[in-house]
Order: sequence, then C-alpha cells, then structure tokens
Amino acid sequence: MQLSRSARIALRVAAGVGFAFIYVPLALVLVNSFNPDRSASWPPSGLTFRWWSVAWENEGARAALWVSVKAGLGATAIALVLGTLIAFAVARHRFFGRDAISFVVVLPIALPGIVTGIALNSAFSTVLEPLGVGLGLFTVIVGHATFCIVVVFNNVVARLRRTSGSYEEAAMDLGADTFRAFADVTFPLVRSALLAGGLLAFALSFDEIVVTTFTAGPGIETLPIWIFNNMTRPQQAPVVNVVAAVLVLLSVLPIYAAQRLSADTASGSRV
Amino acid sequence: MTSTAQAAGRSPVRRLAGTLHRRPRLRLSLLLIAPLLWLAVLYLGSLAVLFVSAFWTTNSFTSEVVKVWSTDNFHALFTTPVFRQVILRSIGVALAVTALSAVIAFPVAFYTARVAKPRWRPLLVVAILTPLWASYLVKVYAWRLILSQGGFADWMLKPFGLSGPGFGLFATIIALTYLWLPYMILPIHTALEQLPANLLDASADLGARAGRTFRSVVVPMVLPSVAAGSVFTFSLSLGDYITVQIVGGKTQLIGNLVYSNIELNLPMAAALGTVPVVVIVLYLLAMRRTGALSSL
Repeated sequence: MQLSRSARIALRVAAGVGFAFIYVPLALVLVNSFNPDRSASWPPSGLTFRWWSVAWENEGARAALWVSVKAGLGATAIALVLGTLIAFAVARHRFFGRDAISFVVVLPIALPGIVTGIALNSAFSTVLEPLGVGLGLFTVIVGHATFCIVVVFNNVVARLRRTSGSYEEAAMDLGADTFRAFADVTFPLVRSALLAGGLLAFALSFDEIVVTTFTAGPGIETLPIWIFNNMTRPQQAPVVNVVAAVLVLLSVLPIYAAQRLSADTASGSRV
Repeated sequence: MTSTAQAAGRSPVRRLAGTLHRRPRLRLSLLLIAPLLWLAVLYLGSLAVLFVSAFWTTNSFTSEVVKVWSTDNFHALFTTPVFRQVILRSIGVALAVTALSAVIAFPVAFYTARVAKPRWRPLLVVAILTPLWASYLVKVYAWRLILSQGGFADWMLKPFGLSGPGFGLFATIIALTYLWLPYMILPIHTALEQLPANLLDASADLGARAGRTFRSVVVPMVLPSVAAGSVFTFSLSLGDYITVQIVGGKTQLIGNLVYSNIELNLPMAAALGTVPVVVIVLYLLAMRRTGALSSL
C-alpha cells in the first residue's frame, strides 16, 4: 500500500504517542524510587539511593518475596507435571471428551480471578478445614497451580503438535521400550517447551494477587499482597517505590527468556 | 515387536513398558487420572458448588448460609437499582477499555508491522511487548503515581491551567487499558504482518487510493483479530476489582460488589459472580460470528 507522506508522518506520530504511553508510566516508577520525598509529587526534589538500602533491610518485603518464591516454585512444579500429562494425552491420543479437556484447562484463567478465588476459597474451607488443613501456603500453591497448568499445557502441546510421533516409533523399532523412547527421544524434544512453560507459570504465579487473596491464610503474604497492603500507607511509600522498581526490572526477565526459548509460545503471560 | 516380546521376560520395568505399549487405553488413563482429579474434581467441583450456592440464602442475623433453594438472589440482582447500575457501569467500562485499547493499539501495530523498516520490526515488537508484561500491580501503581495529587498528570497539565483527572472512573479506564493493551497489540500486529502485499497492490491497480484500500481491504481483514483481542480486554476488565480499589476512588464495579459480599453473604456474592461469567459467555458467542475465536 502506497501511503502518502502525510499519512506516514501521522502514523509515526501516533506510534510515537503509543510508545510514550507504554514507557512513561514504567519510567516514572523507576525514577520515583530515587525520590527523596515520601510523597509522589512530580518532579522529585532530588535523587537519592537511600530508600534502596532501606528497602533492602525491610523485613516485611523480604519475607513476602520469600513466600512468593516458594509459592511460585510449588505451583510451577505441580503445573509442569499436570500440564505435561494433559498435553501428552491431548496431542498423542484421540478420545471422547478431548475438546472438553482443552476447554477446562483454560477455564481457571478465562473466568474472572474473583470467581476462581471464591470457588477455591469455599471449597477449601468446607472440605479441607474439617480435615485440619487450614488456609496457608499449601492452599496458595494449589490455587496458583490450577491456573498455571494452562501455560505449561499450551507450550508443551504446541511443541508436540509440531513434532510427530514418528520419532518415538522409530526409536521403538530400534528396540527402545516406552520409557527409553521417552527419555532419549521425546523428552529432549519437549525440554525447552517445558522450560518456557515453567518460566511463564512461575511469572504468572509471582504476579497473581486475586486468587492469592482468597486462598492465603491470615499469616501468608506474597509480594503482590504486601505491595497492595502497603501501597496506601504514606509511611511505607519509599519502600513500595523501590520494590515496584525492582519488579519492573525483574518481571520482564522470565518472559524474555521464555520468548527466546520457545518460538511457538504466544508470548503471553496469561494466554 | 519381537524385541518387546523377548524383553517381557527380563525385567519388571521392561514388562511394564511392554504392557503400556500394548494398551493405549491404559496409557491414556494413567496420563489423565491426576490432571482430571485436579481440574474436574477440585476446580469444576468447587465452581459447581459456588454456582449452586447462588441459589441459597443467608440468615440475616447470623450470616449463616441457609441451604434452601430460592431465586431470591437473582431476583435482587435484577430489581435492586444499585446492582443494575453497577452491572451496566462495569459493562460500559469494559467496552470503553476495549475501544481505547483498539484505538491505541492500531497505529502502533500498523507502524511496527508495515511502516517501520523490515529489519527493525522484530525489535520493535519486543520493545512494545516486553515492558507490558511487567507486574500487574506495578502497572496500576504507576498510574496511581501519575494521577495522584501533585503527580505527573497535574504537572503536565499545569501550563494549560488544568489539573489531572485524579482517581475515579476515568483513572480506572486508563489503568485497565494500560494493563490489557498487549492482548490487543499482539493479534493486530500479527494480522497486519500477514496481510498479503499483492492484495494491497491489486487494490492500488484497481485505482484505490490509500484511504480506500485501508477501508475496503485492510480493515475487513484485520477486524477478526481486533475481535480476538477484545475478548481479553473485555473479559479481563469486567472481572477486575483490584485496579478499581487502587485508582478508582469511590467507583464501584461488579468485582467490588462480589468482594464486599463474600464475608457477609456468600450466596449473594456467588449470584453476583455469575454476572461477569454470563456476560463474558454472551460476548464470546457474539465474537464467534466475526471469526475471532479461530484466530485466538
């Protein structure tokens, strides 16, 4: 399509405005973490590294970070196992209800988080609490795993669809048994898809706040919950600023790595 | 096959492998038993109980759930003016976010897919999308910083004698648009990138100027992708309540109503929770007509 000069210029300007819309807010978060004042007034009166060291010493933020990491690792581990199992079943077998399974996997993330949250919350409190298992880190991991399954599933199923089963059949013709073929042929084929799915699942769990709100017990605080609880407290503002800035820098890493690892990932943290 | 038969006598592991190989049904059930227990029993089970509980009521004195079937909650949903207002407002916000996302996403995607120099295109896509995957809360927090009193928006508008919009409905729409923008940019970019150049040439050969080609060729071919992106922007906005709590001021959306009812009246919260689910399903059905779902 031959665009006129003015149309090109208009598009450049519009795209430039779009880029500014994307980057300015995040840049402000970074700059604001060096703001010496406790208020969010702009422009900052100066620049200081002081709050970075204060934040580093902050017990609450550190503990919350640790809880987030544990929850993320637990949820990722469960999601990797369950998501891979479903992916193999769906991609390598034909059976009644196959489409229904693909649908159910997406459901925990397609429905609003608050619906998933209260459903799990009422299930946990009616079934688990009489058994003596209260809400806590364990229920957070179960909740997160439920919606992390989909990203592992998506990654692995995309990989399996691109690699036909004939490699495994060839390995078996050469005398490998089912396990041997899996270990020597199938697993290496899906390894990077598993890694990408795992990274995305971890990022998803690390970022989740709604389902966490409903599945965490009173003493359990993940990093998003900590930020949310402290966001409106003026006393905590400088520490929240620094934690937010760190998250801007850190949260894009797993996404970037996952994109590099697997070309067939739709690059989504949710889809 | 002979090797499996010979091997069958050797070790239990090889015998198991042989059995699994000969029985695909057994293999399939072993693959599915754990995930199905998790998703069908734990997740669908709790969802089912939640939706059934929408037909229960609570004792107004003790807040205890009374498990007697009644449609009182749904009746209240349609007759209470506040609920109706909030539901309509939520749908309005979700539509506004969707429209705004499309308006911002389209020129950006058009630039990265067709105007920028080809070797810069992949880099530009990364430049757009990577920062947008930053943490949900941090992105809302960024808008809290911008829109707070004496913040960046006030500073920008001061020379014009204006002040920023502050926290409220507008802030909610802007913050939600910022959050879900990648879901709109990505499908539009992909569609524009895959637009065959010879169609555009053909249109030009037939005498169409750029504007006409855009209206009659580009837009109809990209529309299903816009619809696909809108499924995410719409449904994610409809269920949100955290953003509203952070930048919405006194604004109430359906998610906030659900949240505020959970402690005192779980059945009412469940009934309110069915609203976004039903609206999203209806939206999906409407979008299916545009062919959006096949390009998800």
